[in-house]
Amino acid sequence: MLIGAAIFLHFVTPVQAREAHYVVEVSEPFLELHSGPGRGYPRFHIAERGEQIEILSRRTDWFRVRTAGGVEGWASRAQISRTVLPSGEPVSIAPPSRLDYLERRTEGGVMLGDFSGADVLSAYFAWHATRNLSLELSASDLNGRFSSGWLAGVNLVHQPWPEWRVSPFLALGTGVIRIEPRATLVDVENRTDQIGHAGLGLRMHVSRNFMLRAEYRRYVVFTSRDENEDVNEWKAGFGFFF
Amino acid sequence: MESGLRFLFLNAAVALFLAVLTSGCSRVMDTLDEPSSAEPVIDPRVERREVRRPRIDTENFELGAYTGFLSVEDFGSSTVYGGRLAYHITEGLFAEATIGQTTAGRTSFETLSGAVDLLPSDERTFRYYDLSLGYNLFPGETFIGRNRAFTSSLYLLLGAGSTDFAGDSRFTITFGAGYRVLLNDWLSAHLMVRDHVFRTDLLGEDKTVHNIEFVIGLGWFF
Repeated sequence: MLIGAAIFLHFVTPVQAREAHYVVEVSEPFLELHSGPGRGYPRFHIAERGEQIEILSRRTDWFRVRTAGGVEGWASRAQISRTVLPSGEPVSIAPPSRLDYLERRTEGGVMLGDFSGADVLSAYFAWHATRNLSLELSASDLNGRFSSGWLAGVNLVHQPWPEWRVSPFLALGTGVIRIEPRATLVDVENRTDQIGHAGLGLRMHVSRNFMLRAEYRRYVVFTSRDENEDVNEWKAGFGFFF
Repeated sequence: MESGLRFLFLNAAVALFLAVLTSGCSRVMDTLDEPSSAEPVIDPRVERREVRRPRIDTENFELGAYTGFLSVEDFGSSTVYGGRLAYHITEGLFAEATIGQTTAGRTSFETLSGAVDLLPSDERTFRYYDLSLGYNLFPGETFIGRNRAFTSSLYLLLGAGSTDFAGDSRFTITFGAGYRVLLNDWLSAHLMVRDHVFRTDLLGEDKTVHNIEFVIGLGWFF
């Protein structure tokens, strides 16, 4: 009796454990399994119509699946979206759409450009409160001929026409700038100053969750000396939303 | 008399037939009415099947560590340690942030002259970071032995960042190529060659230096 129960449990438990996975049924004549998550990886197996497959995980647009026979492979999003759930409903796994782009909440990206003659590399993270308004945190690394440094700040961005494919935006922000003169120069003191900026830019949704971005900013550096400095910055790069 | 009797029988037969028919009908009617009072023939309420839809686990991030050699121009080559975080945007494209560090050796001049030190030891730390875009150029399979095949890919990297060396930070362009082998569903092994290019006037004249790095590493998809 105990042995029987043990054998029973042995067969039942894995099934219960597997239940956490998404199970779909192949409704097309067949579903192709690739050896890796990409078009270039060879097809090595097919699942036939009516066969139930488990979706184990997803990497970009590829799904790692396990067939009823226990074969594991990768299937494309296009093929998975043509399978059905056990209830008969079609599986809806669409790529990020234009609507997802408009409704995005979090976004990150990288830009490269010129900060008053110095090279600037900056990374940003944005949180969208509405379609028009977003709050951004950014950090930039500055490398010039005579000095290097960094810049960190917050930025409020307003996008009046978010639905345009190439959409302009206005930015206003503040932050801190650190300037360190080159070691090979005669010793000049390092400076940390507060900085404010106004900016203008363009954002373009390319496809899926990928976008391009370019912007111009005019900074005012509130120096501890008598007069403030004005600095122009141009940069361009890419971003993606989660 | 006979026709009268026949008429009577006929009447009786018709009456009996009608009686049977009506009673049968009423019984049929009864049987038809019966369920309508209890439950309808067609129940419009459809019981919905409970379908749980678990979230599909996405594994687009890859975190890794690597080690190898970095040749710091004019300062010999030394062991480098680094970490990387990649986000796979599409099957081909990925964005990657890397950070690494090594300690530069001595220049030939320092070694030959014996007593001269161009840099204090704390300024010999060569630390870089960069943000790159990578592209999986040649996806494929790597066969090890007769029965073992691993998914692999040759990728190209192009990025920009900054290098801290000799008390200064320099804008740096990085480019290179790597070879990724997926050991299982979540573990990857990398072999990577990259060049870190920047301009420096450390040894007097302003020049472009190439710092070539050769590393091996592991990555974890999550």
